[in-house]
Amino acid sequence: MEQHWKSAKGLFGAVLGPPLFWLVLFFMIPMGIVWLYSFGENRGLTEIALTGTFSNYLRAFDPLYLKIFVKSVGIAGLTTLICLIIGFPVALAITFAPPKAKTWLLLAVMLPFWTNLLIRTYALIAVLRTEGYVNQSLEWLWNGLGAVVGVLGVGSLGPFQPLELLHNNFAVVLGLVYVHLPFMVLPLYSALDRLDTSLLEASLDLGAGHLRTLLTIVAPLALPGIASGVVITFIPALGSYLTPDLLGGPDSQMIANIIERQFKRANDWPFGAALAFLLMYMTFIAIALQAMLSRRRREPS
Amino acid sequence: MSMLSGRGASRRSLLTVLGAAAVGVSFTACSQPGAAPAGGGEEPKLNFYNWDTYIGDTTLADFKKASGVDVNMSLFATNDELFAKLKAGNPGFDVIVPSNEFVTRMTEAKLIQPLDASKIPNLKNIDPSFMNPDYDPGRKMSVPYTWLVLGIGYRKSKVKGVPDSWKWLFDSDAYKGKIALVSESADLVRLAAKYKGHSVNNIPPEMVAEIEKMLIRQKPFVKAFHEDNGQDMLLSGEVDLVLEYNGDIAQIMSEDPDIGFVVPKEGSLINSDNLCIPVGAPRPNNAHAFINYLLDAEAGKKISETILYPTPNAAAKALMPDSYRNNAAIFPPADVMAKCEYGAFEGAAKASFYEEVVTRVRAA
Repeated sequence: MEQHWKSAKGLFGAVLGPPLFWLVLFFMIPMGIVWLYSFGENRGLTEIALTGTFSNYLRAFDPLYLKIFVKSVGIAGLTTLICLIIGFPVALAITFAPPKAKTWLLLAVMLPFWTNLLIRTYALIAVLRTEGYVNQSLEWLWNGLGAVVGVLGVGSLGPFQPLELLHNNFAVVLGLVYVHLPFMVLPLYSALDRLDTSLLEASLDLGAGHLRTLLTIVAPLALPGIASGVVITFIPALGSYLTPDLLGGPDSQMIANIIERQFKRANDWPFGAALAFLLMYMTFIAIALQAMLSRRRREPS
Repeated sequence: MSMLSGRGASRRSLLTVLGAAAVGVSFTACSQPGAAPAGGGEEPKLNFYNWDTYIGDTTLADFKKASGVDVNMSLFATNDELFAKLKAGNPGFDVIVPSNEFVTRMTEAKLIQPLDASKIPNLKNIDPSFMNPDYDPGRKMSVPYTWLVLGIGYRKSKVKGVPDSWKWLFDSDAYKGKIALVSESADLVRLAAKYKGHSVNNIPPEMVAEIEKMLIRQKPFVKAFHEDNGQDMLLSGEVDLVLEYNGDIAQIMSEDPDIGFVVPKEGSLINSDNLCIPVGAPRPNNAHAFINYLLDAEAGKKISETILYPTPNAAAKALMPDSYRNNAAIFPPADVMAKCEYGAFEGAAKASFYEEVVTRVRAA
């Protein structure tokens, strides 16, 4: 039988103390200060007066910023959806791979984490740009095809037009999917790996096809994994700013880019703090929704 | 990966994004025991807060040899970072390198202290035209270290003639999809005002509204608002016209002869980086000695050889080879330079206002 925590208060305190201290000192207090800033006003260049004003939040609800919020949510949502569509089969494949291959496959999923995000983003620029690897390969194929067409005497293909792959919203979504895919695959894998395979065998034995088994047996059982994968992909995607900065086009700014510029160039910390906390409130709501969903699922059983 | 290595990465490009990824770099000059202190009873140490790739290869070691003072250099990526760090109290820096606008800003915020000109005899090496700028009248708070000017970097083979007007960037579809502008809001608004024939300072609100309309009209033809990596985009063929600093383009011109640089005929924004001593500097005597050393002709020459930015140090420039002195990208013609202005610091509200204008343009 498990020991109740109240019967070992000393031990409990000793174990909880250091992380709690860490959390309060380096997370709660700084966040609290930024939260207070969001109710402040600039006084001169270095002072922020905490006047309790709501003007920063009111300004954040200007259609200009609301539109950028909505757009950020849209881009993060699309990223999450694509990650789910790509990540689910990958996680499924890893689950049913032989144990030896499993380790290597998981390692391959985590491998990109060993490289700095900035370096990976620059690598992606080298792949996508007008004279990047994709366009160079396509040009090579195009010229080859053109030579064949020329030999056959059917006419000519004309010069190769490079694809516009970089500096647009497509590049941003691609970059975000590339960066966040492991966040989706890992929780999905851990949910699928715990799946009782006898249920799948039963389903297949009783005449359900593979697709039907997948949709009516595997997906519902993996739902907690899907939900946590969605949340931990969506939240960092919503707050990303390096990817839209480097891969995006003239209109690819996301809300985190706006926040960054308030703290730096615009030197308007109170407004930046208000925007940052609006993002935080949205994150809390997303997490609360996920918690509510998983609780509701557990209740009927 | 060529774009991440070598001299091609300027102080204004690489570290900006590295800083964004929260990578800190610091460098300590190797210590040499037994040297005499520089005087003033201070310990032979100095904390120097500088831009990346913005000092000569041997300058710090040479200074150590000359004075016995160990220089510990840390790097920052943007003026905002420098300002934010000192805003919370000087963490122990003796010498910093803010740009012109930030000299005013930091003077107003009482973050830098007046210099003692009697301890900097090498001030005589500085070109007199840099000795009384609007951002620091009488050079009380700062001495000039380098200067830079914004202009148009372009690919000669893809552009008709010399694109010597801001029109090609701000008000024309001639090079659609092949243009990159800076994302720095104040620079963008100010240069657009310059195109419309106004000074970069005191732009009336009606004109800002006009500029906003013009930039929204121009946006479909713009490939990207770059994060000071415009020279990489030009070098890789991503764009054919880019709004960039002369020093950044001069660096890639040595790699690719098809690249050109021009300061448009309407004039442009000139920037200058300056050596200052922050309030609360622990070793002001060493700081003055170090600033004086950097202004030395021979030391200045070694710095310019490495960083290839224009120098305001006339004595050092005289020692440089013709390839530097007569480089039209590094030193644009005098008649165009006469139309260039420093952007003045016009208050925090203005910075915030310009930022919102550019946010609207980009969201439109």
